[in-house]
Amino acid sequence: MNNRSYNAITAPYGLWMAVFILAPLVIVAYYALTDAAGHFSLQHITQLSLYTDTILRSVWFGVVATVLCLVTAYPLAYIFSKTKAGTQTVLVMLIMIPMWMNFILRTYAIMVLFEDTGIINNALRSLGMDPLHLINTSGAVIFGMVYNYVPFMILPLYTTMTKLDRRYIEAGRDLGANGFRIFKDVMIPLTKPGIISGVTMVFVPSVSTFYISQKLGGGRYTLIGDVIEMQFQTAYNYHLGASISLLLMIFILLCLWVMNRFGDAEEGMVV
Amino acid sequence: MTRRKTSLLEKAYLTLFMILLYAPIVVLMVFSFNSSNSTSVMSGFSLKWYAELFRDGATIAAFRNTVVLAVVSAAFSTVFGLFSAIGINYTRSRWYKSSLLTTTNIPMMNPDIVTGISMMLLFVFAGTLMRRQGVLGFGTMLIAHITFQLPYVILNILPRFRAMDGYLTEAAQDLGCTPSQAFFKVTLPQIRPGVIAGAIMAFTLSLDDFVISYFVSGPEFQTLPIRIYSMTKKRVTPDMYALSTLIFLVMLLLLIALNVIQNRAENGGRGKSGKQVEP
Repeated sequence: MNNRSYNAITAPYGLWMAVFILAPLVIVAYYALTDAAGHFSLQHITQLSLYTDTILRSVWFGVVATVLCLVTAYPLAYIFSKTKAGTQTVLVMLIMIPMWMNFILRTYAIMVLFEDTGIINNALRSLGMDPLHLINTSGAVIFGMVYNYVPFMILPLYTTMTKLDRRYIEAGRDLGANGFRIFKDVMIPLTKPGIISGVTMVFVPSVSTFYISQKLGGGRYTLIGDVIEMQFQTAYNYHLGASISLLLMIFILLCLWVMNRFGDAEEGMVV
Repeated sequence: MTRRKTSLLEKAYLTLFMILLYAPIVVLMVFSFNSSNSTSVMSGFSLKWYAELFRDGATIAAFRNTVVLAVVSAAFSTVFGLFSAIGINYTRSRWYKSSLLTTTNIPMMNPDIVTGISMMLLFVFAGTLMRRQGVLGFGTMLIAHITFQLPYVILNILPRFRAMDGYLTEAAQDLGCTPSQAFFKVTLPQIRPGVIAGAIMAFTLSLDDFVISYFVSGPEFQTLPIRIYSMTKKRVTPDMYALSTLIFLVMLLLLIALNVIQNRAENGGRGKSGKQVEP
């Protein structure tokens, strides 16, 4: 087949993506920049300043959840990569199985555990200890994010660590580096593609979530996702919803761009 | 490669993590067998919440919808994605190729909520142009699911082309195969593991998707994740736990079955002498 017929095969795909990916994004921008009458207006963009607290909270929660995931997952992925090949397969399966349960159910399960009359507090009471107030706190929301998304951090880290040539670590040790220097100067640079991929895969859903904050934050810790969901599903202010979505999208794309500049462009992403 | 043994501290950390990871799921499963409707006190063993679940017509309908949608959308996006990947791989126009790949990456990088609302706005916009009310339903769900699956199908297939010996297809044609024979007999067997992996991913993404579906679905066509979401808005009875337990067990069986199929397919792709190698 010649080049023209190959181009012809991709034409339906190009058309499909233009209509269902690019056109919707143009429509989001259109809604964000018009008023209810359809005239050009910046009123919904300027209205975004009312949501400064929500936006900052989302970014802060997302950053904290991502850092906690990284700190939890890094040693785990390292331990995984040290075990026997058969054990590794089982461990990876054990990490993946909960991801097959819908995140709504997983979040709901945490809520059941955390409630004031839930299992944790009942257990504490029966042991004669004071109950803890867990549900509807910012800690519960962040725990929900970490719990739901930590597998997305473990898996790419694990992939880069299995590919890592352990002779570099031995060489570092032979040359007199201590544990911390090996970690800082050998492990971190060699696992950078995995770190970047994991951070992206945790940060993006954490910043844009809406269910976790509703269930575990009890509506007290509104996030960007909650505002968007509300504008589209209950308040029916599509223009405001679109302008917040536009902001979220630009913010995420900027973050991804910075992250990719940060890492080695040649190595690409590991999923 | 030398391996060092895992220390006791490392084993303890691993165990603690697994306990934390599975605790909420185990709790849900245990309380699905509770004879009262409490979510914190176990009063006795009973299967009544499972019986309740099977009497709930809306949940059964949502389950059927989920499976139908996943099968139809995954089948479509696998075939569509396969042809598109072939075209993207062989096209010589660099500009065309890179712009197609960039567009393919957009839904993977964008937050799901943005993809969801952007498609919803498109459908609503098209609905007003056609002067129709209530456009959201099976059709819009199908389009949305195909759209978010396509990038995964294509990105699973493309690396297989890179690993393939391109001269084999040419050799087949030199030896008298028509282009379509060469494709089905030589090219397709070599990229088959990628096609299967893409199809499995498309299917499972469809089963599990809530965020995008939530925005593009209408009241007549609900999938299981959407049904679960609306159930958790109220005070929940343990039949939801029964549902979670069943979904979990089905998913587990599916995962094991798919792993077996995929391993077989990988071995088939490597030829008769191919041995299973750890990735």
